[in-house]
Amino acid sequence: MAPALALYRSTIGKKVAMALTGLILVGFVVAHMLGNLKIFTGSQHLNEYGEFLRTVGEPLFPYSVLLWIARIVLLGSVVVHIVAATQLTMLDRASRPERYVFHKKQQATYASLTMRWGGLIILLFVIYHILHFTTGAAHGNFIEGDVYHNVVSGFQVWYVSVVYIAAMVALGFHLYHGVWSMFQTLGLNSSKWNGLLRGLSVLTALVVAGGNILIPVAVLAGFLS
Amino acid sequence: MNVTLQVWRQKNATAKGQMVKYEVKNISPDTSFLEMLDIVNQELIARDEDPIAFDHDCREGICGMCSLMINGMAHGPEHATTTCQLHMRSFKDGDTIYVEPWRARSFPVLKDLIVDRGAFDRIIAAGGYISVSTGSAPEANVIPVPKENSDLAMDAAACIACGACVAACPNASAMLFTAAKVSHLALLPQGQPERHKRVIDMVRQMDDEGFGHCTNIGECSIACPKEISMDFISMLNRELIKATATNKE
Ligand code: FES
Repeated sequence: MAPALALYRSTIGKKVAMALTGLILVGFVVAHMLGNLKIFTGSQHLNEYGEFLRTVGEPLFPYSVLLWIARIVLLGSVVVHIVAATQLTMLDRASRPERYVFHKKQQATYASLTMRWGGLIILLFVIYHILHFTTGAAHGNFIEGDVYHNVVSGFQVWYVSVVYIAAMVALGFHLYHGVWSMFQTLGLNSSKWNGLLRGLSVLTALVVAGGNILIPVAVLAGFLS
Repeated sequence: MNVTLQVWRQKNATAKGQMVKYEVKNISPDTSFLEMLDIVNQELIARDEDPIAFDHDCREGICGMCSLMINGMAHGPEHATTTCQLHMRSFKDGDTIYVEPWRARSFPVLKDLIVDRGAFDRIIAAGGYISVSTGSAPEANVIPVPKENSDLAMDAAACIACGACVAACPNASAMLFTAAKVSHLALLPQGQPERHKRVIDMVRQMDDEGFGHCTNIGECSIACPKEISMDFISMLNRELIKATATNKE
C-alpha cells in the first residue's frame, strides 16, 4: 500500500490511477456493448441476459450479489478516475496563470483536447442512463425486468435516441485518446508499439460507439419494435 | 522585406506587461530572426528607448538559451529548429509576427521576453547527474554499451533544456524535459546505481516546481527543436512506477 500511496502523491501516480481505473472502465464499456447487441437476437435473449447478470455465480453468490460487486468496483473506479482528473486539472489550471495572446496548436487532436469536457458529458450521461434504463425513473413507460420493451420504447422517443447517440460519440472520442493514453501512462508504449496501440484505440472507440449507436438507429428505423 | 512585430514588453518581474507594435522595414530575408531583433534594438537604442530583452547565447542551436513563442509556436514555425536558427525567409513580406515569452507559472517573466528557467536547473540538481569519483580518466570503452541503448540515450541527451516543451504544452508540463533527462541516464550503465532514486527525486522536484501534468497531447514533441520523442515520457512513467514499487526507503 505504501508504494501505491507514494506513487499517487506524484502527478504521474495520479495518472497511473486514472489509467488503471480507465482500464476497468474500458473493459466494462466493451462488455456492456457486446451484451447490448443481444437485442438483435430477440426480446427473449435480451431479457434472459439481463436475468443472467443477476443469477450468475449462484448458488455460491446469492441473487444479484456478483452484479452488485461489479457495480461497486465500477463506481469506485469512476470515483477514483474523476477525483484524480479533478486534482490534475486544478494543477494544470494553476500552471499557466498568464495565457498567450496568440497560440497555435500544432498537432493536438480534438479528442485529446476535450478529455475533460467529454468526461463530464459522459458522467452526466451515465447518471441519466441509470435513471432511464436501470431504475426507470426517467422512463415514461418502464416495465421492471422487460429489458427489451424498455429499450425499444425508450428509443422510440427520437430525442432520447439523439441524446444516446451524441453521448456515444463523446465516449468514442474519450476512448480514442484515452485507450492510447492508458498505455503511454503505464509506461507500456514505445516506438515499436505505438502504431499498434494507436490502432487499438481507434478500434475500441469505433466498436464501442458504433455498436451502441446501432441500437437506437435500428429502433428509429423500425427494425426493432 | 517589411514585417510588423507585436512584442511582449514588460519592465520587470512585477510590472504588468503588454504587447507593443514595431514596424520593421527593409529586412533581408536571409537575416536570422534574432539578428532582426538586434536591428530593431539598435533603432530603439538610437531613439533612446529600452531595447527588447531576449535570451540567446550560441546562436547555433546547441546551447538552449534562446526561446520565444513566435506566432504562437515555440521557436517559431520551422520544424526541429531553434529560434536562433530561424530566418526571416520563413515569413512573408507584410506579415504580422507575434513574439511572446514562454508562459508558465514555473517560468516567471524577468523582463520582456526573458523568463527564469531555474526550475529546470533544480530538476537537474535533484538527480539529473551521475556520481563519479574524480581522478585519472578511465579507459573510455571499458564498459560495453549496446548500440541500441547508446543510440536511444543519445536521442534523449539531445535535449538542450530550452523549455519549448513547457511553453507549447497546454498544461505547461515539464514531462518531456524530465523524461529526456531521466531516460538518457537510465539507458546507460553509468546511470544504474542511482537509477531509482534519480527518477523519484526528479519527478518530485518537477511536481514541486508547479508544472502541470502530461495529458499525452504531444504538442511538446512537435515543438521540440531536438525532436525528443514522447516515447521517453512513457519510459519516464515506467521508470517511476518501477522505482516506487521497489523503493526501500
Ligand atoms: S542561442 Fe543557443 S540554442 Fe539558440
